[in-house]
Amino acid sequence: MQSTSHAFKDNARAALANQTLQKALTNVKSGFIGKRAKARDRLPEFDDLRDAARDIKNHTLANLDVYLERYEEKVTASGGHVHWAPTAEDAVKAVLDICKRVDARVVTKGKSMISEEIALNQAMEEAGLDVVETDLGEYIIQLRKEPPSHIIAPAVHLTKEQVEADFRHHHTELPPERQLSEPVQLVAEARQMLRRRFLEADVGITGANFLVAETGTSIIVTNEGNGDLTQTLPRVHIVVASLEKVVPTLEDATTILRVLARSATGQEFSSYTTFSTGPRRAEDLDGPEEYHVILLDNGRSNMLGSEFQDMLRCIRCGACMNHCPVYHAVGGHAYGWVYPGPMGAVLTPNLIGVDEAGHLPNASTFCGRCEAVCPMRIPLPKMMRHWREREFERHLSPPTVRFGLALWAFFARRPKLYHAVTGLQARLLGYFGRAGGRFDALPFARGWTKHRDFPAPEGRSFQQLWAERQRDEKRASRR
Amino acid sequence: MADATTAEGQPRVGLFVTCLVDMMRPSVGFAAVKLLEDAGCRVEVPAAQTCCGQPAYNSGDRADTRALAAQTIAAFEGFDYVVAPSGSCAAMLRKHYPALFDGDAAMKTKAEDLAARTYELVSFLTDVRGVTSVDSRFAGKATYHDSCSGLREMGVQAQPRQLLASVPGVEMTEMVENDVCCGFGGTFCVKYADISNKIVTAKTDHILATGADTLLAGDLGCLMNMAGKLQRRGSKMQVRHVAEVLADMTDQPAIGESADERARRKA
Repeated sequence: MQSTSHAFKDNARAALANQTLQKALTNVKSGFIGKRAKARDRLPEFDDLRDAARDIKNHTLANLDVYLERYEEKVTASGGHVHWAPTAEDAVKAVLDICKRVDARVVTKGKSMISEEIALNQAMEEAGLDVVETDLGEYIIQLRKEPPSHIIAPAVHLTKEQVEADFRHHHTELPPERQLSEPVQLVAEARQMLRRRFLEADVGITGANFLVAETGTSIIVTNEGNGDLTQTLPRVHIVVASLEKVVPTLEDATTILRVLARSATGQEFSSYTTFSTGPRRAEDLDGPEEYHVILLDNGRSNMLGSEFQDMLRCIRCGACMNHCPVYHAVGGHAYGWVYPGPMGAVLTPNLIGVDEAGHLPNASTFCGRCEAVCPMRIPLPKMMRHWREREFERHLSPPTVRFGLALWAFFARRPKLYHAVTGLQARLLGYFGRAGGRFDALPFARGWTKHRDFPAPEGRSFQQLWAERQRDEKRASRR
Repeated sequence: MADATTAEGQPRVGLFVTCLVDMMRPSVGFAAVKLLEDAGCRVEVPAAQTCCGQPAYNSGDRADTRALAAQTIAAFEGFDYVVAPSGSCAAMLRKHYPALFDGDAAMKTKAEDLAARTYELVSFLTDVRGVTSVDSRFAGKATYHDSCSGLREMGVQAQPRQLLASVPGVEMTEMVENDVCCGFGGTFCVKYADISNKIVTAKTDHILATGADTLLAGDLGCLMNMAGKLQRRGSKMQVRHVAEVLADMTDQPAIGESADERARRKA
């Protein structure tokens, strides 16, 4: 996917001015936050499970090579194939090669962020394949030729009125007088349109929430059942997954599953949790003839051993963006690439470079709500700060910011001089602001006064007043 | 730490004034001094302090951050406690200083020592000094915003409400999303002014919806942001640091309040 992360500020400005988007974004707050809080409150051991989930991933990441090799062995033993893909191009090529070999025409897909990361749909369409997204949200944005704006709710930036208009525009074979204003009617129509495509598909592609080393199993969680139809009906099932999805055992996967849905949608468990181990066996009633796993690295192994390793614990629940005031303000598309919100602010610079995505880790108030709700206890603000440090070291931050900071630091590191200067500033601003109490414009603080008044200081600095009080007290005690 | 306390058994408290209180609103500093003295502390204000270093820290400037941290550590050596009328600055000292000195064992020890002695003002009064009520009165319907660092890094939530409940005349009303960021975020509010504006607009919507006449919080940065937005929107709400109300020091104009507005409010 082509990134526009470098244009984050422009993207954000457009998003803030887009009234339809702003209306849709209110669904993020109302749809996720309360439900997660309730789910957490109903489970007394929720925070203990977060610790356990964190520890499982930390252990796995410390021994990633071992578990990946064990996983591959088990996949092979169950009759499947693992394709190691160091880069996005390698992953795309592996998928296209399989499709070509099996003479595929129609490919159905379950929701996969990795597929977005490697721009798989575009490549498959260019290769002449008929690609059908089967997750409702993904189906909608595929019709609109848009990227997802959220990692678990890809069409959360849209209102139901927009979806109705899209369906009427694309589903021209259906009667124009049909009722389509309610979500349940939209779902029914998508289901009706997709049913035929599930049966036509030659290849089904899904992502994976977990890869289990002890069994060679891939696990997906969905709420619509489309994942099951995608991976059991076609002749070939391809799993595209990044390598940090591996966990040692089924027990480990189930521990993390207990925090995943609760953190994501507030459900105790997703409607469907589907385990796939190899292709169809002789005694199986259904299932694919071939089972492939594309294991994508795409920069992740570079994060191992770096200050960003903890980010590899992420299980893509979306809780961080659901609770992020910046995400609420601008939505997911403003971030300009696949992964929005706080997790994107840390991950994206790792995957496409901080030169391109430098705004993302800066566009945070460090309010810490993301870290407070992260089921994997990923210190997201701390890692955003690490990116800012790298940018500062490489002189990527704007020269005006660097100059202002250097000037301020020069004084702040010299307390006597600093107090003289701030005392003077307090007097000056206090003098001019005394009557009005505040300024509606200040030449050196336009970013502030563009949107809000600037309160006038009281007129003396605390240090000056305190020194006077000390002198007075001394004098009084001498008398 | 009994040996470091004064003869009368009073703990020696170093007040970390914070750069914003120092320059913008010294009355918050004096309110803090009064509250600490009423709680039986001997308060001193080291002159060698300036800023905790967050502007540099959050801009990725490690070298200046470390220098300011070292300066603060030196300035507050020997105090029983270090108290700041800000959850954000207190969290900087308590939660962030030690890791700045990874690889410098001597400085790290000093940073950890400072961290262990550092508190946010209101929670220090309740949690360390056992204060359950304050000698103050204030007539007003107040709503309280939980500033992010104080809430999530320092656990400040019940304490200010508990002490406010002891002030005759204060009627408390909670805003929706009182634990959601106001959009200040230090330099964020000028670097991403439009996004900050969106966030503080939502925040002030919630504040105004309470029908309160007074907005309180424990961090001056957030207060200036919210006050500035409320005033730009034409609201006459009084915005104050919670310490001013708890210390019964509310004679001075509220944040951003003009002389006229103050006179009219008093009349």
